[in-house]
Amino acid sequence: MSWIDIGDINDIPLRGARIVKTQVGCIAVFRTAPDEVFAVSDTCPHKQGPLSEGIVHGQSVTCPLHNWVFDLNTGQAQGADEGSIPTYPVRVEGARILLDAESVSRRTAA
Amino acid sequence: MTKQKIVVIGAGMASGRVLENLTDAAPDQFDITLFNAEPRGNYNRIMLSPVLAGDQTYEDIVTHDDAWYADRGITCRFGEKVTNIDTAAKIVTGPNGDVAYDKLIFGTGSEPFIIPLPGHDLDGVIAYRDLEDTERMMSMGEGNKVVVIGGGLLGLEAAAGMAARGVEVTVVHIMGHLMERQLDEAAGYLLRKSLEGKGIDIKLQANSKEIVGEDGKVKALMLDDGTELPCDLLVMAVGIRPSIALGKEAGLAVGRGIHVDDQMLTSVEDVYAVGECVEHDGAVFGLVAPLYDQAKVLAQTLLGEEAAFVQKTLSTKLKVTGCDLFSAGDFAEGEGREDIVFRDPSRGVYKRLVIEGNKLVGAVMYGDVADGNWFFQLIKDETDIDEMREMLIFGPAYQGGEASDPLSAVAALPPEAEICGCNGICKGTIVDAIAGGATDLAAIKATTKASASCGTCTGLVEQVLQVTLGDEFEMPAAASICGCTDHTHEDVRRLIKSMPLQSQEAVWQELGWKSRNGCHVCRPAINYYLLSDWPIEYQDDPQSRFVNERKHANIQKDGTYSVVPRMWGGITTPSELRAIADAADKYDVPTVKVTGGQRIDLLGVKGEDLPNIWDDLNKAGMVSGYAYSKGLRTVKTCVGTDHCRFGTQDSTGLGIKLEKILHGAWTPHKLKLGVSGCPRNCAEATCKDIGIVCVDSGYQISIGGAAGMDVKETELMCSVPTEEDAMEVVLAVTQLYREGAKYLDRIYKWLGKVGMDWVKEQVVDDLENRKALAARFELSQTIYNHDPWADHVKAKADKYAPMADLTLEAAE
Repeated sequence: MSWIDIGDINDIPLRGARIVKTQVGCIAVFRTAPDEVFAVSDTCPHKQGPLSEGIVHGQSVTCPLHNWVFDLNTGQAQGADEGSIPTYPVRVEGARILLDAESVSRRTAA
Repeated sequence: MTKQKIVVIGAGMASGRVLENLTDAAPDQFDITLFNAEPRGNYNRIMLSPVLAGDQTYEDIVTHDDAWYADRGITCRFGEKVTNIDTAAKIVTGPNGDVAYDKLIFGTGSEPFIIPLPGHDLDGVIAYRDLEDTERMMSMGEGNKVVVIGGGLLGLEAAAGMAARGVEVTVVHIMGHLMERQLDEAAGYLLRKSLEGKGIDIKLQANSKEIVGEDGKVKALMLDDGTELPCDLLVMAVGIRPSIALGKEAGLAVGRGIHVDDQMLTSVEDVYAVGECVEHDGAVFGLVAPLYDQAKVLAQTLLGEEAAFVQKTLSTKLKVTGCDLFSAGDFAEGEGREDIVFRDPSRGVYKRLVIEGNKLVGAVMYGDVADGNWFFQLIKDETDIDEMREMLIFGPAYQGGEASDPLSAVAALPPEAEICGCNGICKGTIVDAIAGGATDLAAIKATTKASASCGTCTGLVEQVLQVTLGDEFEMPAAASICGCTDHTHEDVRRLIKSMPLQSQEAVWQELGWKSRNGCHVCRPAINYYLLSDWPIEYQDDPQSRFVNERKHANIQKDGTYSVVPRMWGGITTPSELRAIADAADKYDVPTVKVTGGQRIDLLGVKGEDLPNIWDDLNKAGMVSGYAYSKGLRTVKTCVGTDHCRFGTQDSTGLGIKLEKILHGAWTPHKLKLGVSGCPRNCAEATCKDIGIVCVDSGYQISIGGAAGMDVKETELMCSVPTEEDAMEVVLAVTQLYREGAKYLDRIYKWLGKVGMDWVKEQVVDDLENRKALAARFELSQTIYNHDPWADHVKAKADKYAPMADLTLEAAE
């Protein structure tokens, strides 16, 4: 994998998210309470709500439009809702967040 | 047989253990010389904290005294700093001459890390490392002030030790909770609470800026937010780093520490290193267990036996009386990991186990650590815990236990805790009444008046009945806030006031939350309750708010936002209208709509444009209209006496005044007001949450209207003669609603529960209480009456843009 530096972990609010624009669409990069970082699609499969604006609890996010809840590890919708969002490899080195370049380029997405 | 010559540099815990092992196993095989820069032999450094606390003396913690060294034939060269090492000739030089060696052992340990703040070299700035530091701290007593930088293991032990001596101690920690490397947030919260109970002041997320001195001596620590903390002594306990200077001079390979292999051999033949000065496989060491392992491996190697050092899972305990905590293994959340959380608020107990597959990988405990070593063993042995999973958290003795008890928070309340706020009834009074024969809710109401007024504490009174009577009382079922808790909204509100609870962490722990940090249902509610009951003490958490309130704009179905500037009382000017028109053009706003609240809505603004359009509107004198909030929306007015031939009072003027004073206030649900200048009611005031209808004799104030899913006419609350009275009544009833209602109940729903009679008693009849309510509202507004748009433009405009744009890079 080749890793791209997308920014500092402190640029994301604790229990919050920021978006990164990529060739495969907007990706939401989440930071949970114990400073874990997850990268998933920003788009809810239900009505395309922006997941980066949802409330982050544990390792889950709740979509701001209709309260679908997704597990950030697997991208699976929780509870009665059915659906999933793509997840992307991401890691933290020191305070820098690195995103896998290949998985967010158009070639691999096609 | 000639003895093998061993030279040891540094008399610390690791090298001390090497000497013990060697001389025990082969008393006559070695000729040992021990150098130490400190003028003394080996003592148990980790027991310095009990010495500081006065639980032990220096003599108690000496591990090797003069007789011990003499007995074992070890030549001591204490107080001598090694000046040169020749690894080719195998000679070590000290101030009092050379010593030849066959094997050389580095045990140089570590040095405390001193943050190079301005003033760090002042007299009275010390680390916490050796006996001298400890003695310096022991010289402090009542009347002295000490600041400790660092909320880790060592810093807290230092703080607690000095606090026990009557010193006024403040701990300054840069992170959001104490001991963040060993504890999670919940355990950190309990630890903080317990240390605060010992009189230690704890400042989290605090950045030190400079140390202020006077005549070369420390006087105070300045934080970057301008806080000045006066002190007579400043202790830096922010970490250690391996002492590698001597090893580097001698030509050993070093990184963070002196590089060693599994046999503790350095990069140079016959030169070994052990303890805190080494780096093994990328890791350096600060806890005692691995140091002893290293010492054992090194002794075996020198004795010609096969041995290899393996890094193991570690556990930590804090040596502070009354703070029982334990952590072991890895307790970060991660893919495939599951948590088991147990909280017992009545005993201040928190336990969390982290399970991966069928194995326990981490444990954090606070308050009850009796099972710590059992869990630690399960982690180290990688025991398959599948069979005991259900009951695992209850420990080895407990098989077949019961689930945690939702009543324990109520059981734990002291007798003087206030249950009924309206009538000032404490738990003790209710318990006494139960003992006196009042065994159901009606009897409690009749004998104590508890829950007889607004009724929001009914759930709690019932719980007191159940805790006191046990099975004799049958509990009516009530809906809890969400799956995270068994408590109802009303119970949580009451307990936040009476316990008191002033942070989300406190609510989760003390009320036994079943999840780590709540969910999208309870978080906004708890955030509201805390900021409404503790406006000064609690800081609003935007991450616990729905997107609209976090971003101060309404999210639309396509992910764009709507922007609504305030038009005070529905009055605008040509220049404001021009600025709105210009903004609509500049940001390609697709829809401009006049709202029912007498203002203009710009719909379809892109998220990243928000700070820019706000800035433009701010410059034209407009502020956020809070059209997105569970808070004051608008005060709708008619033109009143200014223009209308029927107008009886200045309804527009009153509307503007009310909107200005209520602007920015958060309420359980949205709050809409209307002021009509005469009973023709053109401002439709009688279907608002609070409506005022002006008449010749003054102002009729009514509440509880709605024109949404339910349509309701307001109920008259009172008539007052002056505008001043009207304002005070509105503020008081707003505050009563803010303090008592369930989150997401509009005024009419709240009114249905508490009743108009009770509201009148509080706001209309009791003038003193009216004034007190209005004063509490105004106190809260000192924090919240402001324009969030201007704040965001100034402080966090960059957070609205994407963090990175990879659309170009990825294409390359």
